[in-house]
Amino acid sequence: MNFKTLLCGVLILSACETFEPEAPADFDILDGPVEGLNNAENIQFLKGDAAFNTEIFTLQNGLGPLFVAPSCGSCHPGDGKGHPFTTLTRFGQTDENGNQYLNVGGPQLQHRAIPGFQPEAIPPDATFSSFTPPANTGLGFIDAVSDADILAWSDPEDVDGDGISGTPNWINLKEYVVQRPNSVSENGKYIGRFGKKAATYDLLQQTATAYNQDIGITSSFEPIDPHSGLVFDPEVSNQTINDVVFYLKTLKAPVPRPESNSILEGKQLFAAIGCSKCHRPEMKTGNSTIASISNKIFFPYSDLLLHDMGTALDDGYTEGSAKTFEWRTPPLWGLGLSKNSQGNQYFLMHDGRARSIDEAILLHGGEATQIRDNYQALTADEKTKLIQFLESL
Amino acid sequence: MKKSLLILVALVMCLTLTAQVDSTLFKRTQQDTSKLLLNMDAVYNRPFLSVSKLPVAVGGYVEANWQHLGTDGVSEGHQFQMRRLTLFIASSISRRIKFLSEIEFEDGTKEINIEFASVDFEFHPLLNLRGGIVMNPIGAFNQNHDGPKWEFIDRPISATQLLPATWSNVGFGLYGKLYKGNWVYAYETYLTNGFDDQIISNSENKTFLPASKLNKDRFEESFNGIPLLTAKVAIRNKRFGEIGVSYMGGVYNKFQEDGLTLDEKRNHHTLAIDFNTVLPTGTYLNSEWSFTTIDVPSTYSQQYGDKQWGGFFDVVQPVLRRSMFGFESSVVNVICRFEYVDWNKGKFLESGDNIHEDILSVVSGISWRPTTQTVVRLNYRYAWQTDILGNPPSKTAGFQFGFSSYF
Repeated sequence: MNFKTLLCGVLILSACETFEPEAPADFDILDGPVEGLNNAENIQFLKGDAAFNTEIFTLQNGLGPLFVAPSCGSCHPGDGKGHPFTTLTRFGQTDENGNQYLNVGGPQLQHRAIPGFQPEAIPPDATFSSFTPPANTGLGFIDAVSDADILAWSDPEDVDGDGISGTPNWINLKEYVVQRPNSVSENGKYIGRFGKKAATYDLLQQTATAYNQDIGITSSFEPIDPHSGLVFDPEVSNQTINDVVFYLKTLKAPVPRPESNSILEGKQLFAAIGCSKCHRPEMKTGNSTIASISNKIFFPYSDLLLHDMGTALDDGYTEGSAKTFEWRTPPLWGLGLSKNSQGNQYFLMHDGRARSIDEAILLHGGEATQIRDNYQALTADEKTKLIQFLESL
Repeated sequence: MKKSLLILVALVMCLTLTAQVDSTLFKRTQQDTSKLLLNMDAVYNRPFLSVSKLPVAVGGYVEANWQHLGTDGVSEGHQFQMRRLTLFIASSISRRIKFLSEIEFEDGTKEINIEFASVDFEFHPLLNLRGGIVMNPIGAFNQNHDGPKWEFIDRPISATQLLPATWSNVGFGLYGKLYKGNWVYAYETYLTNGFDDQIISNSENKTFLPASKLNKDRFEESFNGIPLLTAKVAIRNKRFGEIGVSYMGGVYNKFQEDGLTLDEKRNHHTLAIDFNTVLPTGTYLNSEWSFTTIDVPSTYSQQYGDKQWGGFFDVVQPVLRRSMFGFESSVVNVICRFEYVDWNKGKFLESGDNIHEDILSVVSGISWRPTTQTVVRLNYRYAWQTDILGNPPSKTAGFQFGFSSYF
């Protein structure tokens, strides 16, 4: 072992990062913060990240006793879409008059239980729907869209005659929810924008409800234990919930993959056959306390409105004022990265029944029937380009 | 004032006593730790320091290292780690009654454990009684884990993340050995306190036997009153090497309390096989594989698997034996380890897809032994870890450099 050997060893060690795995490209992953957070915001982002992705609930720290999953990250791996393993089920509401099964475990089924307890079962006469956990990315941008914009996109009576009649889901607010500035109400109800049926007002409601209904964790916001129906001491602090809300608000929007000619052609086809009537490419945020998401243009490919999707997607279950056949237009951004969180395969549509993008498009009915037919009329090459575009978002 | 005076007198006396100790009275019991008889003999096969004819001997080992690892482009940077300081105390109470102990400080003082503290009574070479805190003889690594005996900085993932090395408990058992020509036959069997329900409810979010090490009460009381059975048989031939088969199993959950039934009894079973040999080329091969089944309630979650398996395979090839830097019997080895662990073997009820939650790792490097008691190691690790859903694996890689030495 001479001096040269030692020097060589030192040089190798000093360049050790060269021998470590490279970071994936920004457009290949969903997680990570929005650009421009200040130091204090970065600190809170990291706290929320740890609570969301690292904190595991167990027998020792409050899991259940009834639950769907033991952590936030279990359902949203890498902040992406979930898998049938973590799909949740809701039951017991068939119209806008509310859930008739709240006294028997509704609206959400907790189909798992800690040892010694029995999980819930869906009452035999209740209708239900399964919901694949959505991706978390870009939620802060969606949260910051004004009610006025959402209302401007709605067309309940199809006045413009294009066959598309999006409508907001008017919901009752939870008592702990703070209304957005300039929020719009109708008969004491407000516009929901999160969830498959757009029945959730904001990310605080989403987070507190998920802790409670998915993990069986009570908080000062949602203090009722889903198993006993009794008020419990908080099992998660307000600070942690606020950190998680901040984390969800400041996760970056999915970064589109580089555009090729075929992707650009697919983009044109997407607009030409009418997909963009509901999957609106562009939105803008209003004022936000977080500078990085305040007054920004972003591209979620949604209108946050409910649409009639036809009888094939009518599970006989609903939330808020939505009809059982109505579903919120899901954002399409990040669609191509779904496989990275769904076990290298697709589980698309609200319950994961579609195993490919092509199959998902063909499941569109109701208001989207004409657009689905337009898609079917495309050549195989055109369909491929359209799907390449969707996977690039 | 009186107290201060007493302390001063005591200090002076200590200094005087120290001055009277003749260092030639210290005697190091040299052990060639690279040539074990059997894995289960590891606790005896350590270098000890004894003073004159005192019946007490002491020893220990120390491990420290530097590492720079990165996962998918994110690195914690340069890390210096004091992994272990371990102290041994042994005593011959009589010719056939011995006391052995091992106290370990891990990561500074983050974990302080009595890993071994037992009294052995020899009635016959085939019949020895051991009682106290014993190391459960599951696999080979759990009992034979001293850092200076290994050419790799990290302990095998399967030994510490699948099996719970170092796993020790309070209990009693029997062991014995029979020598016949080139063959050695041995057995060990113990009843000890066991696991608890943390193995299916822990911050790892997976079935994880090592989680029960967090239960410090296990040295005081059994979690459920049912003893954990651990047993091993091993055979060694001077030419062919050693093979061991071991079993560990019992009830892990608290099924009743104050006479009230809480749940049904839920069992776990682990079977392990270990093997080591030295080829005519001088190549040392060492391997251990284990398989575990756990009775997880069907109404709980497949997040916690009911079957898991894994192991490692080490190859150590001496490439240089000569004097280096003044160390006359230096040996340089080229090393490679392959290891794999699947914490959750099965299929999802919802989709029929394979459940993953696994890791594959390859470690290569070189080690230098200036003496048989000390090893200096340079390792390069590359690992692929897949989540439960089978998403693209996270990749971790980097260098580690450190030493481990008996003292």
